[in-house]
Amino acid sequence: MPLSSKHLLGLEGVSKKEIELIFKTADIFKEVLERPIKRVPTLTGKTVVNLFYESSTRTRISFELAERRLSADIVSFSASTSSTSKGETLKDTARNIEAMKIDIVVIRHSAPGAPLFLSKILNSSIINAGDGAHEHPTQALLDMYSLREKFGKLEGLKVLIVGDISHSRVALSNIYGMTTMGIDVSVCGPATLIPRELDKLGVKIFYNLDEAIKHKNVIMALRIQLERQKVGLFPSTREYYNYFGITKERLKSAKKDVVIMHPGPINRGIELDSDIADSKYSIILEQVANGVAIRMAILYLLSGVESSLKV
Amino acid sequence: MGEKLNIYRKKFKVADCLEPYLLRGGKYWDIKTSKFINADIIIENGIIKDIGKFSSFNGKVVDTSGQVIFPGFIDIHVHFREPGREDEETISTGSTAAAAGGFSAVCPMPNTDPVIDNQEMVRFVLEKGRDLITDIFPIGAISKNLKGEEISEIADMVNAGIVALSDDGFPTANLGMMRRSMEYATMFDIPVILHSEEKALSGEGVMNEGYYSTKLGLAGIPSISEEIAVIRNIMIAEYTGCRLHIAHVSTAGSVEIIKNAKERGVRVTCEVTPHHLTLTDKCTETFDPNFKMNPPLRTEKDVEVIKNALKNDVIDVIATDHAPHSIEEKEVEFDKAPFGIIGLETAFGIINERLINKNIITFEKLTEKLIINPRNILKLDIPEIKKNNRANLAIIKLDKKWTVENGNFFSISRNSPFVGMKLSGEIKGVFNKNKVWIR
Repeated sequence: MPLSSKHLLGLEGVSKKEIELIFKTADIFKEVLERPIKRVPTLTGKTVVNLFYESSTRTRISFELAERRLSADIVSFSASTSSTSKGETLKDTARNIEAMKIDIVVIRHSAPGAPLFLSKILNSSIINAGDGAHEHPTQALLDMYSLREKFGKLEGLKVLIVGDISHSRVALSNIYGMTTMGIDVSVCGPATLIPRELDKLGVKIFYNLDEAIKHKNVIMALRIQLERQKVGLFPSTREYYNYFGITKERLKSAKKDVVIMHPGPINRGIELDSDIADSKYSIILEQVANGVAIRMAILYLLSGVESSLKV
Repeated sequence: MGEKLNIYRKKFKVADCLEPYLLRGGKYWDIKTSKFINADIIIENGIIKDIGKFSSFNGKVVDTSGQVIFPGFIDIHVHFREPGREDEETISTGSTAAAAGGFSAVCPMPNTDPVIDNQEMVRFVLEKGRDLITDIFPIGAISKNLKGEEISEIADMVNAGIVALSDDGFPTANLGMMRRSMEYATMFDIPVILHSEEKALSGEGVMNEGYYSTKLGLAGIPSISEEIAVIRNIMIAEYTGCRLHIAHVSTAGSVEIIKNAKERGVRVTCEVTPHHLTLTDKCTETFDPNFKMNPPLRTEKDVEVIKNALKNDVIDVIATDHAPHSIEEKEVEFDKAPFGIIGLETAFGIINERLINKNIITFEKLTEKLIINPRNILKLDIPEIKKNNRANLAIIKLDKKWTVENGNFFSISRNSPFVGMKLSGEIKGVFNKNKVWIR
């Protein structure tokens, strides 16, 4: 097994060496994706199921594309069309999947720990495609992969994550992965959206964006979920934009070659000014493109396909 | 697993004492002197007939050599699910689970369906408990249907036999109502047991708020949600003169608040569970719903403070908050699972292994927390082992190491965080109400 675990449940505990292996493997698949025929037979005969208990557009499409490019047989279901709406438990759904002899399960679920739960009852490899506010490891891997592409190396980069850290699996996975890779990580957001004792994960915390943004190589803006305002976590989108929105003016104090990332979908004019999202600083679309290569790498590395990679 | 469980339950049954019993070769705990005394005990017709050394005996002999005999323990905080959810626990199965844990008396909380909030329901529970080996001392609901709006018919329930009042898991946010209930309770000098939690602060929380909730992406319950309620409840008790008992203290801050209140003479007592004495929120990393309870497991620092508070008598009682839940309910995603774990059968083993053997508390303290203090709070007799007293005792092999197994519970439910853990001290038998349970 090229990775130490047969599952990818999160980036907590995943070593630098393993992340580098994932990146090197993604390099090969990225090359495949440039070819006229973008399909390789690597996972022929393997079956992957995509369990999406929570709505998702880009992550689901990215996984499905990665699976097809690897020639896997795939089954996808989302909560609205499956029996979960009939009250079937995750355990029963899982047991049914097991009976179908699935090799790899990709799961997105609103409950933190749902992928771990599956890994305990199934023999398949489990890939976490986002579990509540816990982890979203493939997103963080593709974020770091995009930065590696842009800057050539990750170590020593200064990254600032801005926004709703409390409810963000993207932030948490990036914090785990980036600190492992030697990136200097800071976060900034309203105090009500920064979870307690976050500093113990090795990140710096800022409440003043102008202060936080100084000398940063990378700004990652997180999506603000507008419903959080209703439960009183911040007063208004207007105030949020004024104090935590990424504007051209604010970017001036960052490094010259600063890079803007966003896991999408963007609330334009709230987290990010529209012209920034579309500017030269932005690698938002590169993130999406790299997502397929990273997911192909993960699928390949977890599939247990023994032969050396021939693509 | 189900089959194995049934065999286990069949193997050890509660029986009537049809003949005299001689407990031979052991030593018993003498409450007067706080010492173990080497002696045999003869039990006849539910009474301790004689204590001494007996060579000839006509009746059943139980070899208790290498074992100790304590007065039966009492657990003043259990949830039996009868009426309403008999698939999770009945008063009868709960009673056997209690006996298997060395408890000869239990106080079931009123959050059944229907709620124990009137004298008819109290009579129902007492009737169900009449022929069981454990004494069942019901707790009545403070408010009708646990709604926190209107006071239940407390006088009626006191006359029917309740020993305390509680709305356990449903603390009212209506402080006017809280004040009036405590005021009303003073007429009977009956303790009001309060699960102290400010729900507005707990929100959607499912575990302790802190480093681990941040790490796991689970919504947190802050320590202040308990502490603010503790402070407020103590102030109302102080103002009304009501006897207040704080259920399952879980934070260092609550301990400090209770300590201060005791020092200025407020009539407040409190309890802690075996799990809050031994487990921390780090356990939640497994996302195993058997580590989900309310109050949640707290930090290592809280556990240290709580252990000290038990030792220094700020905490008066150990109670389990035995809360059975079916496998179907518990074996789900962590944030969907109900709060609560079972605790009757593991309590002594945990206390013995983690507190006595580690020299944190002595047997004298243990008997205070499991026998004397809780019975004093509820104004119940202390079942001292003494000639002519009621035989109400538990036989324990202290040095017996055992591993908690999913299939070996007498409780119908198996939602225990201690499964797989090595404990020490096995309950070998219980005598009470002229009945016997021997493992």
